[in-house]
Amino acid sequence: MKYLLLINSGAVDDNGGAAECTVADWQAYDEEVRGAGIWVSGESLADLVTATTVRVGPDGARTVTDGPFAETREVLGGFYVIDVPDLDVALDWAARCPGARGSGSVVVRPIADFGG
Amino acid sequence: MDERGAHGDGPGVDGPGVDAVAAVFREERGLLLAALTRRFGDLDLAEEVTAEAIEAALVHWPVDGVPPRPGAWLMTTARRKAVDRLRRDQAYAARLAILQVEADRAGPVPAADADGGLPDERLQLFFTCAHPALAAEDHTALTLRCLAGLTTPEVARAFLVPTATMAKRIVRAKKKIREARIPFRVPGPDELPARLPGVLQVVYSIFTEGYAASSGPRLQRLDLAEEAIRLARILRALLPDEREVAGLLALMLLVHARRDARVTPQDHLVLLQDQDRGKWDRPMIEEGRVLVLAALTGGPAGRYGVQAAIAALHDEAADVPTTDWPQVVALYDVLMTLAPSPVVALNRAVAVAMRDGPAAGLALLDDLADEPRLRSYHPYPMARADLLGRLGRWPEAAAAYREALESAGTEPERAHLRRRLDAIEHGG
Repeated sequence: MKYLLLINSGAVDDNGGAAECTVADWQAYDEEVRGAGIWVSGESLADLVTATTVRVGPDGARTVTDGPFAETREVLGGFYVIDVPDLDVALDWAARCPGARGSGSVVVRPIADFGG
Repeated sequence: MDERGAHGDGPGVDGPGVDAVAAVFREERGLLLAALTRRFGDLDLAEEVTAEAIEAALVHWPVDGVPPRPGAWLMTTARRKAVDRLRRDQAYAARLAILQVEADRAGPVPAADADGGLPDERLQLFFTCAHPALAAEDHTALTLRCLAGLTTPEVARAFLVPTATMAKRIVRAKKKIREARIPFRVPGPDELPARLPGVLQVVYSIFTEGYAASSGPRLQRLDLAEEAIRLARILRALLPDEREVAGLLALMLLVHARRDARVTPQDHLVLLQDQDRGKWDRPMIEEGRVLVLAALTGGPAGRYGVQAAIAALHDEAADVPTTDWPQVVALYDVLMTLAPSPVVALNRAVAVAMRDGPAAGLALLDDLADEPRLRSYHPYPMARADLLGRLGRWPEAAAAYREALESAGTEPERAHLRRRLDAIEHGG
């Protein structure tokens, strides 16, 4: 069963990284996820200042805007997709993620299964 | 296999009443549901075939008699119905098969118990129903539905919400269990200390709602209190070494033992000091006292064990003045370290008032005046009103009773407060 771990950073330091964990923490976690054979995919996202939003109106016109910017406290910083037997195992991996510490949080979402 | 094969020529050929049959089902339903959920990995399928097996029994048993092993009959019938259902719906079967393979990756399936009977899998079901990934209201609703064997309309009545609302809530919770794949397992020894309190909290919240209904026309809802005790008895049998389980069961028995003295036939509230202790349920108190010992020996005490010990001191006393108040205060001191809360502090203050006099208790109560959690908690102004009255400070006592009236939830409590207020204002 596949789960998406959405990693939200809370307080962000001047470099845009989560304040509560180090690069070494992330490297160690990434190695653990891959070593456990549960890694499906995962990326960390570039700074929020690089984000661009696209909307298409009913007339087909495209609107492109800069942002969004960090108006909310939580900013999506990256994600993992892992394949594990059940929610308890997924929650364990979420709890071990450096992004879950301090003001950060990890939202666990099951990937929908359309029986394909 | 032939259904009649399991019937035998048991007693009751005259045909048991529907009530007798229903009583068997209430006992068996949780067991069946748990075993079938484990077997097929799907709570919905388990519920569906459990209901069908019970329907079949309602048709056959009044005619053929209750079989010698009703549980085995129901299980055989339910299992066969599940297999039929899976044969009819291959896609569903394929999905469950994948689930099962993956669940087996997570842990081995336990073997049947020594006498060849079904292993009791209700503990797994308790932990699934009280899983932290579900909302607290879901915990209670699912536990009442799946383990206490209440129907959805009965669960709705317990929550005082429309049946449709409760049905939606239960469907939503089961959807989350199924689609997020909340596992059906007992947490390992390293997780158990973190997860067991959640299960006990569910049972205790069912009890407290029964003991002191938060709203409605009646003060006590004994059906809910009795459900909670029944659930705790199941937990006690499944986790005999967990002292807090013994403590919780003890606490509920020792409080429930006073049910008949706690209200008048007119459903008026009777305070502990005015209760006819001859109406207390002595065998229930005795059972509770034995459990308190189990809860308090062999390790550090837990919050339920300590609360049970306090309840036992009240139950053992001949009246309020001769209650061992120093010991009650000492136990509240322990409880304040285990589970500190403004409500515990309030109860401790009342016990101090009994030990050291109303002025000492009132001083402690006044220290709690700024607690936000006590702001609309009517026992707080009630306790103040009582102590102020004992100190002869009548106008302040009347004001406190009026304050309590604003937040009291049930009609009998409000009536009690109005009588006290009336007595002060008219010198009754």
